[in-house]
Amino acid sequence: MRVLGLLVSAGVLVLVALASIAVGAKELSLGEVWHGLFGASGTYGDVVVADRLSRTVLGLLAGAALGLAGAVLQALTRNPLADPGLLGINAGASAAVVTAITFFGVTSLSGYVWFAFLGAAAIGALVWFLGGSRGATPVRLVLAGMAISAALFGYLQAIMILDDAALGRMRFWTVGSLASGSDAAVKQVVPFLLAGSLLALALARPLNAVAMGDDTAKALGANLNRTRGLSMLAATVLCGAATAACGPIMFVGLMVPHVVRSFTGPDLRWILPYAAVLSPVLLLGADVLGRVVARPAEVQVGIVTAILGGPVFIFLVRRRRTAQL
Amino acid sequence: MKSNRAVRLPGGLSFRLDVRALTVVVGLLAAALAASVVLIGTGDFPMSAADVLRTLAGEGNAGQELIVNELRLPRVLVGLLVGASLGLGGALFQSVSRNPLGSPDVLGLGQGATAGALTVIVVFSGTAGQVALGALAGGLLTGFVIYVLAWKRGVHGYRLVLVGIGVSAVVTAVNGYLLTKSDIVDAARAVVWMTGSLSGRDWDQVWPLLALCAVLVPLVLAHSGALRMMEMGDDVAYALGVRVERVRLVLMLSAVLLTASATAAAGPVSFVALTAPQLARRLTRAPGPNLVAAVCMGAALLVTADWISQRAFGADQLPVGVVTGVLGGVYLLWLLVTERRAGRI
Repeated sequence: MRVLGLLVSAGVLVLVALASIAVGAKELSLGEVWHGLFGASGTYGDVVVADRLSRTVLGLLAGAALGLAGAVLQALTRNPLADPGLLGINAGASAAVVTAITFFGVTSLSGYVWFAFLGAAAIGALVWFLGGSRGATPVRLVLAGMAISAALFGYLQAIMILDDAALGRMRFWTVGSLASGSDAAVKQVVPFLLAGSLLALALARPLNAVAMGDDTAKALGANLNRTRGLSMLAATVLCGAATAACGPIMFVGLMVPHVVRSFTGPDLRWILPYAAVLSPVLLLGADVLGRVVARPAEVQVGIVTAILGGPVFIFLVRRRRTAQL
Repeated sequence: MKSNRAVRLPGGLSFRLDVRALTVVVGLLAAALAASVVLIGTGDFPMSAADVLRTLAGEGNAGQELIVNELRLPRVLVGLLVGASLGLGGALFQSVSRNPLGSPDVLGLGQGATAGALTVIVVFSGTAGQVALGALAGGLLTGFVIYVLAWKRGVHGYRLVLVGIGVSAVVTAVNGYLLTKSDIVDAARAVVWMTGSLSGRDWDQVWPLLALCAVLVPLVLAHSGALRMMEMGDDVAYALGVRVERVRLVLMLSAVLLTASATAAAGPVSFVALTAPQLARRLTRAPGPNLVAAVCMGAALLVTADWISQRAFGADQLPVGVVTGVLGGVYLLWLLVTERRAGRI
């Protein structure tokens, strides 16, 4: 049953990805998409397909990354409200980008990528260190993450108030968009996204043990410190790379694992694959919709995800007792 | 010194007096007032504390009277009232949702008020008064929507937080959209507002806030006994004779009103609502919601933060919200270190 569900979800994902290539300011038929993907010969349609392909790939991988990072963090902190923002990763990336704009004069989207990624990684490491590194517990990690985020957002707002140029760019960056999906930017982050996803999927069994509580996990022979360290690493790489490429897209990482848990139950061996498939469905679907509603302009994907996802999330919260961790 | 004493009155009445909590409340009040006097003396025209007190008593010269009574006193009063409202609102939300993170910031009330204010700034380019009204309307509407959506044969704490997070996400997205659609002048104004600022507040903001606090603070305190019962769980409270849903509705409504009007006056100042109740609780070491201590702590925190922002960055360079954000971070780090040393986490 769960296998069938996963196959159906994957099928939906393929359809959404095709739609993401076909829909936009220039409409393409499915035939043209096919031609562009598998027999490109330099027609106008082929160029459009190639252009939208990198954006779609970015949406697929970043979506999967956000979903996986959210699921891993919720299991790690044993808190169903955990999302990548909780550990300070978004704040780290945002602070690094605003620093790049104001003090280093970086203006291109692909120039932000490395700053954002380094910022996210540095803050991830700092939170891990402050949280007690080898002795880290969920509460310590969350507290450290919130503390760092609070201070960094103060810094971010101070810069945005003092420097109009930074404000002008940051207000577009912070909503989160796939439009930066140029070839160069995508190529920079794809290896990180792939490696992080594999690591996260491999953590399903150890995290299942951690979910039962520290004592039980130890009694079962799980290596808590290693699992926690690797989970932090996976979440930081995934979320840092996704944020670097698209800006801080909130809510996908919080909502999708929640939704998934309501029909898979608490087993991470099912939650993680489902999250990896359904998160990009949400992200790419929102991106397609954002291109359609305000033609020929577009609404950024971060905005559409939240406006679509919020009501769905509230509906789920109301409909049933959400599956507890 | 014993921290709890039973006081018996003639006629068989008795009540419990928590000496430590009382000391903390008096100490915090004194700290808030002292910080206010220092803050009134701070600015381009510095005044000593003695001068400030003399002017407040009506014995200063004309220049001092103008600066103190017309310019700086209303600003400080707004700071005190906003801090007190946020502290009380935060304590109520945390107690009702039984979650130390259940502050109005997390539930999306601040975001809702911001959406109202941003709509006025970006779409209508309204005046400061209209922005405040927009923020009030946005905050109240968001509170109403959250309560209605979380209602299902009663409002459960956990569901309230989750629904709040969902609503907050939607409203945050709307805010981001409004910011990307605005021109840069409006955007700059919006960002200052969103950080939370006390600059340029006058008597027009003081009176409505004061009236609201004068009604709501006693109303909330009258329900604090019931709230303390409810922290033990709805069923226990019900068995003890508390009309749970009615009390919760009254307290939530008060919390929403307090938070929304504080936000309308000063913008969504971060972290005061989250930290004030927690700090108060740690100082009094008393169980229960600690409402009075949270009120005093909020007022003291906000005025102190405003003084720090004036001293550290110069008059009105950076708004108070920047300082409360950084202070919030420092508080959480301190919490992390002390709790770890005590072996509690």
